[in-house]
Amino acid sequence: HSFFPSCLLIEEERHVRANDRNYNDKFFYADNHIKTSKYNVFTFLPINLFEQFQRVANAYFLVLLILQLIPEISSLPWVTTTVPLVMVLVITAVKDATDDYFRYKSDQQVNNRQSQVLRGVLQNEKWMNVRVGDIIKLENNQFVAADILLLSSSEPYGLFNCVFSLGEVICEAPNNKLDKFKGTLYWRGSKFPLDNEKMLLRGCVLRNTDWCFGMVIFAGLQTKLMQNCGRTTLKRTSIDKLMNTLVLWIFGFLVCMGVILAIGNTIWEQEVGRSFQVYLPWERPVSNNNAVFSGFLTFWSYIIILNTVVPISLYVSVEVIRLGHSYFINWDGKMYYGQKDTPAEARTTTLNEELGQVEFIFSDKTGTLTQNIMVFNKCSINGNTYGDVYDEFGHKVEVSERTACVDFSFNPLSDRKFTFHDSSLVEAIKMEEPSVQEFFRLLALCHTVMSEEKNEGDLLYQAQSPDEGALVSAARNFGFVFRSRTPETITLYEMGTAVTYQLLAILDFNNVRKRMSVIVRNPAGQTKLYCKGADTIIFDRLDPSNEDLMDTTSEHLNEFAGEGLRTLALAYKVLDRDFFEEWMTRLLLASTVMENREQRLADLYEEIETGLLLLGATAVEDKLQEGVPETIACLTLANIKIWVLTGDKLETAMNIGYSCNMLRDDMNEVFIISGHTAAEVQQQLRSAREHILGLSRVSNTADEEKTEMFSNDSVFEETIIAEYALIVNGHSLAHALEPELEQVLLETACLCKTVICCRVTPMQKAQVVELVKTNKMAVTLAIGDGANDVSMIRTAHIGVGISGQEGMQAVLASDYSFAQFRYLQRLLLVHGRWSYFRMCNFLFYFFYKNFAFTLVHFWFGFFCGFSAQTVYDQWFITLFNIVYTSLPVLAMGLFDQDVNEANSHRYPGLYRPGQLNLLFNKRQFFLCTLQGIVTSFLLFFVPYGAFSLGVRADGLHLSDQQSFAVTIATSLVIVVSVQMGMVCYLAVYFAILLAMQSDGLFSIFPSQFPYIGTARSCLAQWSVWLVILLTTAVCVLPGMAVRFLKTDLYPTLTDKVRRLQKASRKQGPREQNLRRVRRTSSRRSGYAFSHQQGYGELITSGKNMKVGQY
Amino acid sequence: MAPTIMGKPEVNPGPLARRPDNSAFKQQRLPAWSPMLTANTVLPFFYGMAVVCILLGVWLLITVNNTHQHKVDYTQGSCDECFEMRKDRTKADQRCNCTVGFRIHDAFKGDVFFYYGLINFHQNLRQYMDSRDDGQMTGRKAHLKNPSPYCKPFVADQNGLPIAPCGAVANSIFNDSFTLFYTGEGSPKVQVPLFRKGIAWYTDKNVKFRNPQVDNKTQTLAQVFEGTTRPLFWQKPVYDLDPRDPNNNGFINEDLIVWMREAAFPNFKKLYGVLDRTRKPFKEGLPSGNYSIQIFYNFPVQYFRGGKEVILSTISWFGGQNRFLPIAYLVTGSLILLLAILLTAVWWKFGKNGQNMEE
Repeated sequence: HSFFPSCLLIEEERHVRANDRNYNDKFFYADNHIKTSKYNVFTFLPINLFEQFQRVANAYFLVLLILQLIPEISSLPWVTTTVPLVMVLVITAVKDATDDYFRYKSDQQVNNRQSQVLRGVLQNEKWMNVRVGDIIKLENNQFVAADILLLSSSEPYGLFNCVFSLGEVICEAPNNKLDKFKGTLYWRGSKFPLDNEKMLLRGCVLRNTDWCFGMVIFAGLQTKLMQNCGRTTLKRTSIDKLMNTLVLWIFGFLVCMGVILAIGNTIWEQEVGRSFQVYLPWERPVSNNNAVFSGFLTFWSYIIILNTVVPISLYVSVEVIRLGHSYFINWDGKMYYGQKDTPAEARTTTLNEELGQVEFIFSDKTGTLTQNIMVFNKCSINGNTYGDVYDEFGHKVEVSERTACVDFSFNPLSDRKFTFHDSSLVEAIKMEEPSVQEFFRLLALCHTVMSEEKNEGDLLYQAQSPDEGALVSAARNFGFVFRSRTPETITLYEMGTAVTYQLLAILDFNNVRKRMSVIVRNPAGQTKLYCKGADTIIFDRLDPSNEDLMDTTSEHLNEFAGEGLRTLALAYKVLDRDFFEEWMTRLLLASTVMENREQRLADLYEEIETGLLLLGATAVEDKLQEGVPETIACLTLANIKIWVLTGDKLETAMNIGYSCNMLRDDMNEVFIISGHTAAEVQQQLRSAREHILGLSRVSNTADEEKTEMFSNDSVFEETIIAEYALIVNGHSLAHALEPELEQVLLETACLCKTVICCRVTPMQKAQVVELVKTNKMAVTLAIGDGANDVSMIRTAHIGVGISGQEGMQAVLASDYSFAQFRYLQRLLLVHGRWSYFRMCNFLFYFFYKNFAFTLVHFWFGFFCGFSAQTVYDQWFITLFNIVYTSLPVLAMGLFDQDVNEANSHRYPGLYRPGQLNLLFNKRQFFLCTLQGIVTSFLLFFVPYGAFSLGVRADGLHLSDQQSFAVTIATSLVIVVSVQMGMVCYLAVYFAILLAMQSDGLFSIFPSQFPYIGTARSCLAQWSVWLVILLTTAVCVLPGMAVRFLKTDLYPTLTDKVRRLQKASRKQGPREQNLRRVRRTSSRRSGYAFSHQQGYGELITSGKNMKVGQY
Repeated sequence: MAPTIMGKPEVNPGPLARRPDNSAFKQQRLPAWSPMLTANTVLPFFYGMAVVCILLGVWLLITVNNTHQHKVDYTQGSCDECFEMRKDRTKADQRCNCTVGFRIHDAFKGDVFFYYGLINFHQNLRQYMDSRDDGQMTGRKAHLKNPSPYCKPFVADQNGLPIAPCGAVANSIFNDSFTLFYTGEGSPKVQVPLFRKGIAWYTDKNVKFRNPQVDNKTQTLAQVFEGTTRPLFWQKPVYDLDPRDPNNNGFINEDLIVWMREAAFPNFKKLYGVLDRTRKPFKEGLPSGNYSIQIFYNFPVQYFRGGKEVILSTISWFGGQNRFLPIAYLVTGSLILLLAILLTAVWWKFGKNGQNMEE
């Protein structure tokens, strides 16, 4: 799509006045009417044709068509090119037209949406009539009509509960940066800075907010959403590029043949044709150069005849096949996610076969590998663990869907969605065990969660991090309900009774402290400090009396961590009132000083967070999406390298690494690169690399030189048996991506089985992908769900978006989208592999059949004085590619399955040929052209030998050119069909052949259908069938023998699996033993904090506004 | 946090509204037949093919050996005089005949066909093949008087009269004529009777080539062709090609039809006549003995270093005497057999029991 701004002047700054149409109209801003469709009824034909002829292939055929109109050259009537060309153009035009019609329909639908505009009073207005500067009202779950500046909302603490009168906004010109906005609001003489936080972008949906007002800043095509769509650079597959090269080669080949035949013609005319002038006079005055001129014309004539080696239908067929494959992806019931009602979607239809060649997957973590749902799973309170379920024999029971859940009905405020399986914890609560109560009280008090209660008892928590949400929800269900908060108080419902605590201070979380604390005063007047944080940190600050409890808790923590859970240690402390008052004054003092404030605050926090009493520990499960470890294991077996690029912290990322089996304890070494300077990073990378190479050198006992020689080679990478993992931190990655270090990074990373980059910015994600893409010559795939993955999705060869989540940018930018990470396995191993296999097979046969078809003319040239006489009927030439052979080859390209889907999953090794690009490459191309040339040779010379002096069984002659043509054409179609294994399709050929030679068509167009009666006469002859049988046998059998020997002596994995598949089909369906990947235990853990610092302050200041990004 | 979220609100009502159909086609579960090249299928197939080819080859060879053919090249030799005369274009109108004699040792049993052959005559040149008007030959009146420009330069004569039939093909019709004589042991020389009709394809004679419509019964063929002229090299107009049989004139003249079906290769033979086996002594075919052919030598071939011949032949079920097919079948069959044995050996030695198939 292309968008033209409504004013041609380049807009540098935008001035908008609220509700001042006259003023705003001066600038000719785009209105909110969008048009993504390209054509209208009148412009469709010229524009579409112009676009189509911009394609090289179509232009080439147009040139051919013009050549054919020159009578001296025209060796074929113009229909032979026109019919296919018109068909190709029509098919493409119909496809374009339908696409555009749907775009038009959706434009219409969007433009006619209603929105409430404030024009004195609120009135309904169609979206397309909304103008820049209008103030519109949005309600919950409504789409945002344009890019608007949020003015006020139903939420408290809103930013501007003000601007309805004339204010002016000056801001940046329209651009496509979704995450940036800069502007200034001038209102009553004062200036307010505006940033992205205050914008609502078109395409978003308002959630959890009853209403809001906003002023339109950008409308229609100038919105950030529209500026972002359709601008993606066209991605092309490697097969595409190969195909273009091959077409160029073929073209060169064509010119060579043309030259050979032209020279042949010159010589022939000189030697023979000159003396044949009695019967065929030369039209031009006889001169010495006449033969040369004739040769020149012949060159063009042969270019016309032989043009079918670059068939016009190639590109269209390839597109049709890809489109079909895309539909199969859209239709796939096994990639449909019922819970969110999202089917998989192939948003690009041009990349399918590349799905079968992926070598690197770059994955986001949150929302992609994980569900971004934290579940309170286990806890350890005062030395007792809760959360495991035991059967009557005291054995641990695997928790599954069917395990009985704890009944929380005693608690009217409980959250229905919360499940817990160990009832002993509830019993402990009901017994009013003080430590358990304190434990949950801490969880209910020590956090930065906001609560919202729409109806009585219907609590909604808005947690900044899902970890906190999970913990507060757990406390809620166990009877310690966090009900509401003000900047000074927190109200809990403890086992049904309301208790209000005074919130004295929040000692906020940050990355260094790795803990947070609150100081509260309960109604009894007791001042307590509650602290939660990473176990190591908390343990250092415990009261010495807690030694024993610490040991048991620490054991439990290890257990939790081993299961991949995220843990936090909880501790509290009763504060001496006087001490606290004195500390508090110091704190207030410190928070007002300007210099060194951070450090002073930290010291003060440190001072009070000592001598803590341990309560226990929580374990939260970062829920992986279903089937993630299995998928990763399977993709790894398919030799696909998976790199996780996440914005998360190192610990979180490693945790997930362990839980989805990318990191394992049995790995030889996990290298963590966390240097802060370029030199450090280089040092760390170097040493990691040397470590790997050094070890394998020992284990391989290979001589030094060889290792050196291969050290940069991918062959050598394969030989490393030991497993390594590389984890790169964000700040180190910034250095590692510098030009001088990126090679080291790449080499080291490629030696490792697992690579995890954490704290990565969206830009760095794209850089990492780019690094691999440019240096490894491998197909890369990026998968993600959020706006921060867009850049990497766009950069990679293939971008995959996780749909059905909140957030559409990733999907909009992606080439494929589906709801669950595990579908990636099916997309690659089944659809990708099939697409690649089918496309390669298709191309192989396509080139083969066209060479076999066309080169017969070349051989005939030696017998017809190089006069560019065609062998076949012109109709056969016209229809050969688009009718006679298109359907079988298309059917093969669309439906063929070498290995069924179950086996594609079971043997991930089948994916290897695609990565190595074995099925169609230049070598394969030479083989298929060679085969085509040999076939054409046999196709010509066998009938030649049999026919040149042959007669019919009734003595009438048979050696005429037309009989010869029909025989060769029939043999050709049979040979090609047999090679493709689609013999039944021949019926169509014969039907059309006979129809073309019917009396009816002949009597209407005698000069167009001169082959009347030839097929009837020919195909009734035994000798013709003997010739066809012989031709077919000599063309097909040698290839068959070679293939048999290949599968018998050097079977590929595909052959083996096919054999097994065949055998198992005979035996009947077998029980499928799917590999279950067990999560291995590990001793590593991350602590369950995933949020940013600064929220404590926000709460105590009461300023937390609720404006979100899209 | 984040009260505004970008996303699609549920558009469809039902819970599984967008679930794809569970049809065999859409889920790619259509039954497929994929042949696998295993020893069990390939080896028997190869042996089968070998046997079929060899048997066919033997059968064809036997059949071919039972046919007879006699070929006489009359370009020069006893026709030297005519050959020389035809070199001179000014004498093109002068008649010249010569006689060629030969002996048939074994009687030709069955139907005997009389062909004329041309050597090095290119009927397959593009410009030559295009130089005809099928519309005219189908009897289209519009084309009769206004032949297609493809016929150039044989569209019209110097006076501008349109040529019928136009074009280089018709112009260059083979115009030698033959009379075959038989001299048996001790018997006088008799003319061998030949059918000169029934030598063209049914579709050609009845569909592809038609005379222009005769308007009423009184109009003669000559009148229909009025306003056209004969091709440059012809001695007789097209409506007068066969003076003995009025139904064999015009575009449906069988010699013309045979000629108009252009040969694919520069050396070709075309049917001239079929032995009339109604009279003695030709009821069984051609008896052995001495034969002679009287030739009206009109067609010049020396310009293009060509040759002319006459072929007498009997026919088998797969055509005339053509040894290519039987030999090709025998060779192919033997090669396939060799290949099959080779494959068996390799398979036996290396690939038996699918040992390479083990994972």
